[in-house]
Amino acid sequence: MMERLGLGDAWSRVPARVRRGLLPLVVFLLLIFYPSYYGDITSAIGSSSTEAQLVPTVPTMVIMTVYVIMALGLNVVVGYAGLLDLGYVAFYAAGAYVAGWFATQQFSPHNVHILSVGVPSSIQGFHFNVWLLLIVACLFAAVFGIIIGLPTLRLRGDYLAIVTLGFGEMVPQAVNNGDNWFGHNITNGPNGLTPIDALGFGALHNEVSFFPSAYYNVTNAVSYYYWTGIALVVFTLFCCIRIRDSRLGRAWIAIREDEIAAAAMGVPLMRTKTWAYAIGAFFGGGAGCFYAIYKSSTFPGDFSLNISITVLAMVILGGMGNVWGVCMGGAVLSYLNYQGLEAVGNNVNNLAGTSFNVPQYTYGIFGFIIVLMMLLRPEGLIPGRRRRVELELGVEGGSLYDASA
Amino acid sequence: MLAALPRFSQQVNRVLTWVVVALFLIWIVGNILSAPEQFISVLLLGISLGAIYALVALGYTLVYGIIELINFAHGDVFMLGTMVTITVANGWLGLDGSQAWYVTTPLVLVTLLAAMAFCGGLNVAVERVAYRPLRNAPKLAPLITAIGMSFLLQNVGAAIWGFNERPLTATGDSIFPADTLFSIGGVPYRAKSLIVVLITIPVLLALVYLVRNTKPGKAMRAVAQDMDASRMMGIDVDRTIAFTFALGGALAGAAGLLFVMFQTSTRFDLGFQLGLYAFTAAVLGGIGNLTGAALGALLIGLIQAFNEGLSWHTPGSDWTESIIFAILILVLVFRPQGLLGEATADRA
Repeated sequence: MMERLGLGDAWSRVPARVRRGLLPLVVFLLLIFYPSYYGDITSAIGSSSTEAQLVPTVPTMVIMTVYVIMALGLNVVVGYAGLLDLGYVAFYAAGAYVAGWFATQQFSPHNVHILSVGVPSSIQGFHFNVWLLLIVACLFAAVFGIIIGLPTLRLRGDYLAIVTLGFGEMVPQAVNNGDNWFGHNITNGPNGLTPIDALGFGALHNEVSFFPSAYYNVTNAVSYYYWTGIALVVFTLFCCIRIRDSRLGRAWIAIREDEIAAAAMGVPLMRTKTWAYAIGAFFGGGAGCFYAIYKSSTFPGDFSLNISITVLAMVILGGMGNVWGVCMGGAVLSYLNYQGLEAVGNNVNNLAGTSFNVPQYTYGIFGFIIVLMMLLRPEGLIPGRRRRVELELGVEGGSLYDASA
Repeated sequence: MLAALPRFSQQVNRVLTWVVVALFLIWIVGNILSAPEQFISVLLLGISLGAIYALVALGYTLVYGIIELINFAHGDVFMLGTMVTITVANGWLGLDGSQAWYVTTPLVLVTLLAAMAFCGGLNVAVERVAYRPLRNAPKLAPLITAIGMSFLLQNVGAAIWGFNERPLTATGDSIFPADTLFSIGGVPYRAKSLIVVLITIPVLLALVYLVRNTKPGKAMRAVAQDMDASRMMGIDVDRTIAFTFALGGALAGAAGLLFVMFQTSTRFDLGFQLGLYAFTAAVLGGIGNLTGAALGALLIGLIQAFNEGLSWHTPGSDWTESIIFAILILVLVFRPQGLLGEATADRA
């Protein structure tokens, strides 16, 4: 392609690393400056027209980053290790409630402030530093993943799926009933935990004025959340790629391709699978915590089975095992979920003069996408090379996921 | 370190089992003593629920037994069965509880046939479109497709019958007279409870006969045992699988009719959860085992009714889902072959 542009030899002399990194870099830069040119795009289309609704708003972009992180996390479990997890929302909930517990007035007679930013010390309850909380939420979710994984990971493929689904249903119910756990109000039940402290950099603001002392102090708080989300996505991507190429990642792929052969080669099955669970949960917890902080609230109703299925659909749509595919799947489906379907529906209704309520059928459309993808292109839109070969050829001597151990 | 977890020895396992059973019995006895009438009414409710779950659970067990697929869409086929029942019984045949029993009964049987035929046909169509092309794909592929299918069917149901709660009749009444047939210990027994048992038992017996004594049943068992070998023996495997789906769908249709006659309303999204309960029942009884599925369903129905209806040291309906899934997880972890299943190496 570059030859045709007249660059000829010059391009191929650029080191391969740089060449491969160029496209992600351009995309990254475009994404970073999105809030600044979002307004230009909409006004170019005509800011009050229905077509302009199709352009993702900055709040939608924040939600997209959350889902991309979750999809990347689930990709570790489903895509790398080949373990079907239908209860991923449990980890998301765990992360969100860590934020809810340690950055609200829930435990209000107690008054503990640890490095908290932007919260006057007169406000009661636990208030930890929100950045610290993000890490704590990730670790808490990872430990939670290990606890769930230990008894269940010995089960084979489809049984594992149904057990994780069970956990995914139990956690929201437990949280919903959590306003009375043996007489203690732990989760405030269906009323949820709100408000959650905002992100912020506190005194750092005096050194570098770009960093707000607390996000609610600036008018473009959404942009700051968006940039934070992008930073988290980049961190997640970096981890996912590095782990995939590590000894652990190769062990996951070996288990996915043939469990018995992997075990025979000395891969410790339980430990490797539990790590997959823990690391998948780690990112799920981080996403949940970040989303709860962004919304400044967390409710049990946020954690339905639909979320688990949506995130799974993202992984499948993008291409199991391929981080770029999964990023794209996550971005596209979360965009459709929060803005796109409604906008497309409005546009269609406008053109055809109908009044069809598209967002009502979001999950039906997702179901349709899942079925269609599995039937027509099971490897996803951007499959990993290795994955495609597996799906086309199968694996010698039996099915892919469960080597009936 | 991690690998060496819950492999308890047989003895510890047995002791734990007895402790759980003993605690359960103490709880039951405590409830009987504290409120006997309440206990009987809850028991009757549990039996009716269990009968409905049994019909759904058999659909799971049949399909799992033959192609080892958790058919997540099965619960939604059941839900469409409840919807079709309302349309046929109330919409087309005009049953609304004002007719005499000798008019209602044959028309309910007509509705039953319609619901069974509809759900059987739908299940076959789902199999043909979504599962058959994936017969040789990796195992997770049809499982994921089944989840997608479930969401799709839910939305189809909502598109046709609406997103709101759907009552059986405009007044919300049952189409059977509310008169008490007879009383057990002061607890009334009504026609709508009787019909659940009256329909479930013959259907179950017919199913057992079909699987054990007829040629298609024999073919089903053969395909379940070894698909390739039965193909070599001249069995049309695709047709046998389609037949199994038709059978499972018909049972779900019957369950749909009974559910809506009993509860007098339905919703587009209740199928998924009820399906999961039924699947739990199938696992509890030992998946692939017909008697086991019926027994497990009865137990799950009773546990749900006990939990929601009793008052002495009972968690209450807020926790039903958690309790049932906890049972599922415990059974799968400690006794994956279920109550009646045989221990096989590849189950867990």
